[in-house]
Amino acid sequence: MSDDTRGEVPQLPEPADDNVPAETLPGTGDGGSGGGDEQGNGRKFFEDLTGVNVDWRNALLVPILAIITALIASAFVILISDLDVWSNFGTESLSNAFSEIRRAFVALFEGSLGSGRALSETLTNSSTLILAGLSVAVGFRAGLFNIGTEGQILAGGMAAVWAGFAFDFPVFIHLPLVIIAGAIGGAVWGGIPGLLRAKTGAHEVITTIMMNQIAILLVLYLLDTQLFQLAGRDDPVSKTIKESGRLPRLVGFLDNSDYRVHAGLILALLAAAAVYWLLFRSTIGYEYRAVGANPDAARYGGMSVTRIYISVMSVAGALGGLAAVDLMSGVLHRASPGFSGGLGFEAIALALLGRSHPGGVVVAGLLFGALRTGGQEMQVATDVPIDLILVVQALVVGFIAAPALIRAIYRVRTGEGTGQVTRGWAT
Amino acid sequence: MTAVAPTIELEEIRTPQEIKRSRYLGITYIAMAIFVLWAFAFGSVGNGSATFGLARPTDPSFPDFTFNAAFVAFIVAAVLASMGGVQLARGFGKRSNLVLAFGFILFTFAFLGWATAQSGLGSFSMVGMFETTIVRSVPITLGALAGVLCERVAIINIAIEGMLLGGAFVAVLVASLLRTEDASLYFGAPMAGWIGVAAAMATGAVLSWVLAVFSVRYRVDQIIVGVVINIFVLGLTSFLTVRLLVTNPDLNSGAIFKSVKIWVVGDIPVIGPIFFNQTAIVYLTFILVAALTFALFRTRWGLRSRAVGEHPQAADTVGVNVYRFRYLNVMMGGMVAGIGGAWFTVGTVGRFDENMTNGKGFIGLAAMIFGRWHPVGAMSAGLVFGFADALRQKLGILQTPIPSEFLGMLPFLATILVVAGLVGKARPPAADGQPYIKE
Repeated sequence: MSDDTRGEVPQLPEPADDNVPAETLPGTGDGGSGGGDEQGNGRKFFEDLTGVNVDWRNALLVPILAIITALIASAFVILISDLDVWSNFGTESLSNAFSEIRRAFVALFEGSLGSGRALSETLTNSSTLILAGLSVAVGFRAGLFNIGTEGQILAGGMAAVWAGFAFDFPVFIHLPLVIIAGAIGGAVWGGIPGLLRAKTGAHEVITTIMMNQIAILLVLYLLDTQLFQLAGRDDPVSKTIKESGRLPRLVGFLDNSDYRVHAGLILALLAAAAVYWLLFRSTIGYEYRAVGANPDAARYGGMSVTRIYISVMSVAGALGGLAAVDLMSGVLHRASPGFSGGLGFEAIALALLGRSHPGGVVVAGLLFGALRTGGQEMQVATDVPIDLILVVQALVVGFIAAPALIRAIYRVRTGEGTGQVTRGWAT
Repeated sequence: MTAVAPTIELEEIRTPQEIKRSRYLGITYIAMAIFVLWAFAFGSVGNGSATFGLARPTDPSFPDFTFNAAFVAFIVAAVLASMGGVQLARGFGKRSNLVLAFGFILFTFAFLGWATAQSGLGSFSMVGMFETTIVRSVPITLGALAGVLCERVAIINIAIEGMLLGGAFVAVLVASLLRTEDASLYFGAPMAGWIGVAAAMATGAVLSWVLAVFSVRYRVDQIIVGVVINIFVLGLTSFLTVRLLVTNPDLNSGAIFKSVKIWVVGDIPVIGPIFFNQTAIVYLTFILVAALTFALFRTRWGLRSRAVGEHPQAADTVGVNVYRFRYLNVMMGGMVAGIGGAWFTVGTVGRFDENMTNGKGFIGLAAMIFGRWHPVGAMSAGLVFGFADALRQKLGILQTPIPSEFLGMLPFLATILVVAGLVGKARPPAADGQPYIKE
């Protein structure tokens, strides 16, 4: 149980330098995932256990190249979706298209980082994403694929909204109540698949997907009930969270009413620190990672895999619920159908980009938050819809999952990819 | 129309779990009987009769089926109670799933009778209901078949949703392009539709090729690849919809397949309008189910595919090219999902909307599991889920006090129960989701 990481970002220990070339010796073919390499597996087991992500090349170079490649590819998508280029192909239409691409990227950059307001929006979006990403990352560390963050956000969000409008307390009671309600809502929604996995072996990927769909319908139903629906409205909109139940804005004192960045950011950073402590400094986290690395070995070592599965999924669900708190209590203040807006799926991409490490998730969350915010500006300033961001995210994760592609394009040495996270649902 | 997956297990000695399960099942029947008695039988007394319409207004007249809802509910309750008694006393053995399906059909019948009787209308078009069921089941069945093709060779396909969505988009785009006024290649409605379907199949094939390359060649976790493909397709189709289709509506008005009445059998009362007066994609779905069942279980290709899914090492040893089978079958699965995607646009409404598949791919995944990785099972599950979908839509007309959302949840709840082993047993191919490394 040697745990020699120091600080938030793990230091680079010695074995790393031997490790990288060993993994990428010429002649190992495309063997990025290193599934059959027993020594590699043993080292990976050790890394998973200690949380020392030794491979800096993999942790920095590949993501950066992946992002650059994805942005270039998205420029092509803008180009080939330009009807003018198709119908009047020539220098003029091409230069128009290129200037549009340039304007889109400028808007993407300025809209996310270019001003105080842009920065505030980026941080607002990032805090939700970080919490959602942590939810997936915790699952990954324990070898569980939590596709259910989407549903956990919906469940936690409804619980938080309910706590927000149903009670009338002073802030210092009401706000914690809202936060706890959201976390519990998410924990229950995540805990059910955990319980099923532990007791019956039902694969969490299937059950969480089903729980997502059930949550979507449950929200639709709840928004139509007297308890939730805003009085006097026919459309499915919930009552609003009372002022005392809202996360306070961080820079409200600046008299800039459009700076929306709120205390959810602090919540997200605290959660990331807590998850780091939980995973890499506590006994429970050690058990999580042991189960993730090899459940049979963990069981053999006397750990209760049943209990750990339930606990991991509840923690993951609670983090999803906190993401919902951040969203509802910090930004939206009321629920409407599908308020999660695909956040749970973005979170999967984000956790992979952040290598399921809390520090990595924070960085990846800031990046995705910037993309999201910049994308909104891009949509307003140019004819390029924000959905392009999803394409960028998908490509980034694709490249990170299979660094062999990056290796082929840039002729650089890369480490192994994400490999097998789950074991499929065969017994 | 029964929702029974064929039982392929051999007769087994009953384990304590099975005995326990059998007991739960018996208690469930009795609980259902009590519920029917309380809610539908006594609840219908005085509500009078329910009429199930068995012909559409346009069809040649066929007598409606009118009955006293309360009386029928009493009979259903009695049958369910005796089923529970038999189940508890000695069990139904190999027929237990058949009996379970029968129980649910009876329950649904009593429910519909009650719902019809208690509504002011007093009548309910059964033919319309089943017609909608068949139509709604098509994308679910096709999605599930795509899943069966992939998972039988041990590649998990979470990307069914993305393949449906991509197919839907490309189908309507291609079909519309072929029908614009100034198109150099102008096609009539059915032909443009078919080319749209072909383009959707090609899209599905490309997307599933990506899935295959990542999971076979790069050995990336298949579930991650699936999620990535879903995000990618959702992003790209939404992007292109806003950028292209909104400003050029003529690119988003594809040919719609018309219902084709099949000679003679289409004129049979009740069955004709339900089964034999549908669009070509619906017929194609049923043909695919039959063809795939035969191919998987009666041909050399099928045997080898299943071997690749169950025990790739063994298959490799006897000379089966595991990688080639995985590539080809996954791409075939993608093509089937592409047809399912085309159903959304050229097969029904003729236009694409952002994220219009709305989780149908995940229901397809559920149907595959519910149908135990078998084409006929997948279709049966597709029909059950399609029925739930149709019921959800029609219950609004009857104004039942039951929220339609709960009906919508049924497929997902049922799937959770199945994977948890509470109802029936579902065993995936043994190597499902694991990459194969050739020695």
